[in-house]
Amino acid sequence: MKISFQHINKWFGKVHANNDINFTIPSGTIQGILGENGAGKSTLMKVLTGFYQADSGEIFLDDKAVTISSPEDAVMMGIGMLHQDPLDFPPMKVIDNFLLGTRGGLFPNRKQVEKDITRLSQEFDFQINPDSFVETLTVGERQQLEILRLLWLGVKVLILDEPTTGISANQKEKLFATLLKLASQGLTVIFVSHKLEEVEQLCSRVAVFRQGQLVGEVMPPYDTDQFVYMMFGKSVEVADKSTFRSEVPYIKLENISLEDYRLRLRDINLEINCGEVIGLAGMEGSGQRLFLRMLTGLMRPVGGSILYGGHNFTGRTYPVFQKAGVAYLPAARLEEGLIPGMTLTEHFILSEEHHELFVNQKSAIDLTEDRIREFYIKGTPASQIEQLSGGNQQRALLALLRNKLRLILMEHPTRGLDIESAIWIWSKMKERCKDCTSIVFTSSDLDEIIQYSDRILVFFGGLVSKPIDADTTTVDELGQLIGGKGW
Amino acid sequence: MSLEPRAGQTPSILKKSTWIDFGIRLTAVILALVFTSLILVIAKAQPLEAYKSILQGAFGTTIKFTSVIASWVPLVIATSGLLFTFTAGLWNIGMEGQIVMGAVFTVGAFRIFDETGLDPSLVIFLAFLAGAAGGIFWALLPGLMKIYGGVNEIFGGLGLNFVAKTAAIWLIFGPWKRPGVASGSGTEWIDIPFRLPYIPGTNLSLTILIIAIIVAVFTAIMLKGTHFGLRLKAIGKNDKAAYILGIPTTRYFLLAFGLCGLFAGIAGAILVTSKQYSLIPDAGFGYGFLGLLVAMLVNYHPIWSAVIAFFFAALSIGNTELQYMGLNSYFAGVLQGFLVLFVVLVDGVRKRLVTKL
Ligand SMILES: Nc1ncnc2c1ncn2[C@@H]1O[C@H](COP(=O)(O)OP(=O)(O)OP(=O)(O)O)[C@@H](O)[C@H]1O
Ligand SMILES: [Mg+2]
Repeated sequence: MKISFQHINKWFGKVHANNDINFTIPSGTIQGILGENGAGKSTLMKVLTGFYQADSGEIFLDDKAVTISSPEDAVMMGIGMLHQDPLDFPPMKVIDNFLLGTRGGLFPNRKQVEKDITRLSQEFDFQINPDSFVETLTVGERQQLEILRLLWLGVKVLILDEPTTGISANQKEKLFATLLKLASQGLTVIFVSHKLEEVEQLCSRVAVFRQGQLVGEVMPPYDTDQFVYMMFGKSVEVADKSTFRSEVPYIKLENISLEDYRLRLRDINLEINCGEVIGLAGMEGSGQRLFLRMLTGLMRPVGGSILYGGHNFTGRTYPVFQKAGVAYLPAARLEEGLIPGMTLTEHFILSEEHHELFVNQKSAIDLTEDRIREFYIKGTPASQIEQLSGGNQQRALLALLRNKLRLILMEHPTRGLDIESAIWIWSKMKERCKDCTSIVFTSSDLDEIIQYSDRILVFFGGLVSKPIDADTTTVDELGQLIGGKGW
Repeated sequence: MSLEPRAGQTPSILKKSTWIDFGIRLTAVILALVFTSLILVIAKAQPLEAYKSILQGAFGTTIKFTSVIASWVPLVIATSGLLFTFTAGLWNIGMEGQIVMGAVFTVGAFRIFDETGLDPSLVIFLAFLAGAAGGIFWALLPGLMKIYGGVNEIFGGLGLNFVAKTAAIWLIFGPWKRPGVASGSGTEWIDIPFRLPYIPGTNLSLTILIIAIIVAVFTAIMLKGTHFGLRLKAIGKNDKAAYILGIPTTRYFLLAFGLCGLFAGIAGAILVTSKQYSLIPDAGFGYGFLGLLVAMLVNYHPIWSAVIAFFFAALSIGNTELQYMGLNSYFAGVLQGFLVLFVVLVDGVRKRLVTKL
C-alpha cells in the first residue's frame, strides 16, 4: 500500500511534534525513519495508526484520503504497528492472543487459527508454538508473535518503532529476512531506528527528522556521515576509549550461585575494582539479568558470598545495597524504573533522600530544571513521564541516578538513545568512574560493550566466561562465545 | 518544537487541569439530576417537589441542618482514611468492618472504665484511644495478609467485614447482653456523662465537628504537601518502580492501612459517643461503604471529598423527609446511583478525549 502524508501537523501544548510533514512511501518498500530523540518519529507513526489525531493535514492510502480514528481502525485499513514500548501482554496462550484480535463469530475456529499460526510461523522460520504462554516468550519471540498476528489480520503496512533493542543477533537476522520477504510480497514496511548501520542495511529509502520537521529524504547509496549531519546539524565523534579502572578491588564475589525457574549459574568468582566498567554480553535471558539483580540485592544468591568494600552483604536486601551506594537501572523503564502518571519533578523528589516532612516545591522544581538542562531532556518539570519521547524517558532515568554512588548497574543503558546522546551519556558515566564508581552493564550492542568496558563477561546458557580484556577482544570473538562456540 | 523549561509553566498547567476536572464533575452532577428527574417524571412524581423537600429535609431547620453535619462527620473521616489506602493503590473494602471494630473497642473501654470513677472526659478520651486501636488492629490484618500471605486486600477486607459484624452480634447477644433480655437493638446505653453533649438547640456535638475538620485538613496536607503523600502516590501508581527508587513499599502499605484504620476507629468511637450510645449489629451505619463511593467519585482528591461527603450527607438526611411527604424514599439511592454512573462515564469520555488530543 502506498502511503502519503500531506501537511501533517501535531502539537502537544507548546511542542510542535510534527511540523508540516509531507512525504510519500511507495508500496513494497522498506522506509527507514531516522531522527534525534524527540524529533517526532513516534508521534507521526501514532498519527498514522490512529493513536493520535493530527491537528491538521491529511493521510492518503493508495491515493485515497482517509480518516484513521483508532488503532483498530488502522488495522481494518491494513496498518499495523509494533510499539517502541511493547504493550502489556496478558497471561494467556499465543492462540488466545490471536483470537482476541478477531471480530467475527462467537465461536472462533480454534483449529483453523492454530493451523494458520503454524503455517505463518514456518513461512518465516519462527518457532512459535500456538499453545505456549505469551509470558514465557523472550522479547524477540513476542515481537515475532506480534508480527505474525498483524500479518494474520491482513495488514498491508507494518510499522516497527525501534524493534531491535533487546533481541538477540540471531533474532535480528530473522527479523530482517522477514521484513525483506514481506516487502518483496508488496507490503510496505516502516522502520524507525537509531542504529544507522541497520537502517543502511535494510531500507530502500530513508526519511530524516529533526525537531518536528522532515529535513530530507535519502536514497542509496548511503553516506553515514551525511545522515549524522542531517540528524544533528553537525558531525558526531565517538570519544577515544578511556579507562579509570584502579587497582583497588571494591566488590568481591565468591563462589556465587544463582537460580531461577529457568536458569542456574554456578560458582561465579569475580573482583570488581574501583572505577571499573564491566560489560555483560550474551543472548537475552542467559543470566545477565540474574547477575545484575544479585549485585543489587534484588535477587538472593543460593550460594556463595558478596563482599562490598570488605563488608559481607550476602543475603541483604535491596534497600541496604542502595544505602551503600548501589543504583540499579532496569531495562523495562516504564514498568520498573519510572512511574507513569507522575511528573518529572515528582520523580526527582522521590529519587533523593528526604528526611523533612514537607515537600519544598520550589527547590524541587529548581533541581528538576537543572537536571533537564544538564541531561537535555525535552520536557518541562510538569511533564508527565509517559509524555516524553522514548529517548527522553531514558535520559530521565539516567538523570535520576543519585550523585554519590559506588556501583551502578544498568540494563541496556542507551536503549532508545540517538547516537549523539548515547556517546554523551557514556561520557557522563565515565566521569563518575573517575570518582571510583564502578559500573556493570548489559547491552545487545557488542560495539558498545567493547567501546566502554574494561573487562567483559560473556553469558551462555548458564555459563559465565572468565573476564575478558576489552582491549584485546573483538566483536567476532565475543559473537562466537555468545553463540556457544569456544567454551 | 523548541521547548525551554520555564518555571511559570507548572502552576498554570496545574490550574488548568483542576478546572477541567471541576467542569467534568459538574457535568456529571447535572446529568445525574436530569436523569433522576426523568425517572421521577416517569414515575409520575413531581421532580421539583422532590428536590424541594430534600432541600427542606436537609436544611429546613437548625436541627435538620446540624443533623446533616453530624452525619457528614463520620463520612468525611471514613473517606479521609480511604484516601490514604486508595492513594497507595489499595482497595480497603474492609473499612466498614474497621469502623465496627472501632465501635466495639470503644464500647468495651466504657464497660471497663464505667465503675472506676475516673473523670468522664478522661474516660471518653481513653475510649477514643481504644476505638482507634480497634480500627488500626482490624486494618492491619488485611495489610499483613496481603504482604505476608499474598491475599488480595479486597478478599481479606470482605472476610474481615463479615467477622467484625459477627463479633459485634455475638457480643450483643452474648457477653455484653442487656440484663434480662438480649436484644438486636443493641447493648446497654453508656452513661450520660460519657455521651458527647450537643450544642444547645442542635443535633451536633462540637467535639466531633472539630475532630472531623482536623482529620480532613490533616489528610489534605499529608497527601498533597508531604514526602509521605508523594511516596504513597508513587507506590499506588507503580510499586515496583517505587521500590527501586528507594521507597520501602511494605512499610508504606502498612502505614496506609494503619492510618485508614485509625480514622475508621475514630469514626466508630464517634458513632458510639454521639449517635448510638451503644453497640448495635450495624455499628458502622454503612459509612465505610459510602466512604468508598465518595473517595472514588472525587478521584481521591481530599478537598473535593469533603464537599461531596457533605452532599451525600445532605441527601441522606433530606431523604428521610421524603418519606413523610409520601414520595418515593428510594429517591436518594437513585440519585446516588446516577451520580456514580455519570462520574465514571464522563471520566471515561474524558480519557478518550485526552488520548485523542
Ligand atoms: N502524549 C504526549 N504529550 C505531550 N507531549 C508529547 C506526547 N507525546 C510526545 N510528546 C512530545 O512530542 C515530541 C516528539 O515525541 P516523539 O515521541 O514523537 O519523539 P521520537 O522522535 O519518537 O523520539 P525518540 O527517539 O526519543 O523515541 C517530544 O518532545 C515529546 O515530549
Ligand atoms: Mg520514539
